[in-house]
Amino acid sequence: MKSGRFWAWVVFVLGAAYFFIPLIATIEFSLRMRRGVYSLDAYKVVLGDSQFQATFMFSVVVAIFTILLGVLIVVPTAYWIRLRMPQIRPIVEFITLLPLVIPAIVIVFGYIRMYGSNSPLPFLATNPGANALLVIGYATLALPYMYRAVDTGLRTIDVRTLTEAAQILGAGWGTIISRVILPNVLIAVLSGAFLTFAIVIGEFTMASLLNRPAFGPYLQNLVANRAYEPAALSIIAFVITWGCMSLIQILSRFAPKSANRPN
Amino acid sequence: MAEPFLSIQHVRKSFGATTVVEDFNLDVAPGEFVSFLGPSGCGKTTVLRMVAGFEEPSAGKIVVSGKDITRLKPNQRNIGMVFQAYALFPNLTVAQNIGFGLKVAGMPRAAIDSRVAEMLDIIRLPQMADRYPYQLSGGQQQRIALARAIAPKPKLLLLDEPLSALDAKVRISLREEIRSIQKKLGITTIFVTHDQEEALSISDRIAVMYGGKAEQVGTPFEIYNRPATKFVANFVGTLNVLEGKVTDAASGKVQVNTQEVSLKGKLNGSKSGDTLSLALRPEAISLGRQPGHDTSLSGEIAEVHFLGSVIRVRVGIGGNTVSLDTFNNSATPPPVVGEKADISFSSGDMLVLH
Ligand SMILES: Nc1ncnc2c1ncn2[C@@H]1O[C@H](COP(=O)(O)OP(=O)(O)OP(=O)(O)O)[C@@H](O)[C@H]1O
Ligand SMILES: [Mg+2]
Repeated sequence: MKSGRFWAWVVFVLGAAYFFIPLIATIEFSLRMRRGVYSLDAYKVVLGDSQFQATFMFSVVVAIFTILLGVLIVVPTAYWIRLRMPQIRPIVEFITLLPLVIPAIVIVFGYIRMYGSNSPLPFLATNPGANALLVIGYATLALPYMYRAVDTGLRTIDVRTLTEAAQILGAGWGTIISRVILPNVLIAVLSGAFLTFAIVIGEFTMASLLNRPAFGPYLQNLVANRAYEPAALSIIAFVITWGCMSLIQILSRFAPKSANRPN
Repeated sequence: MAEPFLSIQHVRKSFGATTVVEDFNLDVAPGEFVSFLGPSGCGKTTVLRMVAGFEEPSAGKIVVSGKDITRLKPNQRNIGMVFQAYALFPNLTVAQNIGFGLKVAGMPRAAIDSRVAEMLDIIRLPQMADRYPYQLSGGQQQRIALARAIAPKPKLLLLDEPLSALDAKVRISLREEIRSIQKKLGITTIFVTHDQEEALSISDRIAVMYGGKAEQVGTPFEIYNRPATKFVANFVGTLNVLEGKVTDAASGKVQVNTQEVSLKGKLNGSKSGDTLSLALRPEAISLGRQPGHDTSLSGEIAEVHFLGSVIRVRVGIGGNTVSLDTFNNSATPPPVVGEKADISFSSGDMLVLH
């Protein structure tokens, strides 16, 4: 018993060290831009850089569109499968898992071949087209997380009976989805949305190969050319990602109540 | 019936190769309260769902006020429905739930508010408007569900075992409440249940269903006292069944065990030598020979259960056992197991089951 607890602590300390030492080292390094004293100079430089602001805003906007596209695709699909076609659920689950198995680079090369300037669907010939393609690609990457979150949310309500209750009261599909289904899975949708946001903000492969001015490629470029700023930037990205994760945690703690009481 | 409000005509429903409802026919008069009563799996819910529009009949048609609605979508039928699992919208308050159908229909806000208040009064929960469903008891939720169903003034109300998730006391008070609201509003209603007491106590008529068919449709009095088939007789109420053998069809003589009873005029079509099932309600039988009872049989007391106000006695007559209830009387001790005893009844109360 005693020695079991001792080893448990050893493992815990080792794990914590593995996680925290690089983090602390990075933080420490990011504060050393000015000679001899700790300062926030690196952060000031990074946050003041117009490139940083532009690429970060670009990625935020892309993330928002990705979330909207994901919700529009996933909520009706997951709903319809629960309502009418439970037998095809394993197939759809498998499809939504594919982006975890197929590397993003494969998807991007597929896109470049399919939608290049000379193809019948020249998405990549224009900037808006390329941006749209990026959003579509990100929606694919986020699919496993979005689908799972929404499907779990739908499991907590009696989809079929609630649908029928709304139908017999005269509601059409639009009303049913917007007033009955979506409000009841809102928390699940939000947690899917934060995961999507975290993925999109840090993504490099797709953005870079599609040559988009996103945050991921900017980060990579900075790492290759500067010393202190990348460390500061990593910490900033880390804080954003962890912020999203904690928001999911907080929201899911409130989920059972707020599913019943959205305001 | 002058002109039925709802007419279900030759409706059949198959899921794949299995036929679940077969040639179902029923006419319901305006304002009538009809119960579907039957064992689990007999197709009650399926018929109700076809009336609501959630399932499409494989054959036959459903007519409401002379209009064929068989192919209409559920949201075009103007029908109210109450579900077994309440099915209140968890994200909406009680008032928003009740007003849902009105809002969908595009009613102005003020009119919705006053109609919702009126509904809350009818179900006697006026102070609950701002609660959420999870803050209510099962019985309260089901009353809200009822209010939500009738708020848009539907012509037809369907209830699928609305009381089966509630405890016994609430079940009884709520069924009476449903019935009185239904009467007050004059709304034509179909009520599905597998509880015979429920069906007998609140219905104008009952359709007893078995194997996807309506075995008998009639008033509770008819269903109970003149069951048309063996199934109905067995399913509704407690029934003692005795095996009898026709000894003389012309004069109506039937032998039960070794004793003879006379059932003149009730044997319709049976021949001498046929075996028959004869049924008697417990309340038609008395212990001992009673004035006014023209038939008696002798047997032996098999079981005695003292239940307080009544004593349930089981009497063995040859291979048959007959249950009957006597009132407890402090002056006479209950019968003793093993004693010889006679039972008597009026031959008019005996049902011949086919
Ligand atoms: N969607 C369906 N697919 C296949 N079979 C079905 C379907 N719905 C119902 N059934 C079958 O139809 C039969 C009748 O079902 P139904 O739900 O109408 O019974 P019920 O009388 O309402 O029973 P209960 O009292 O248990 O609610 C059952 O045997 C059921 O298995
Ligand atoms: Mg049922």
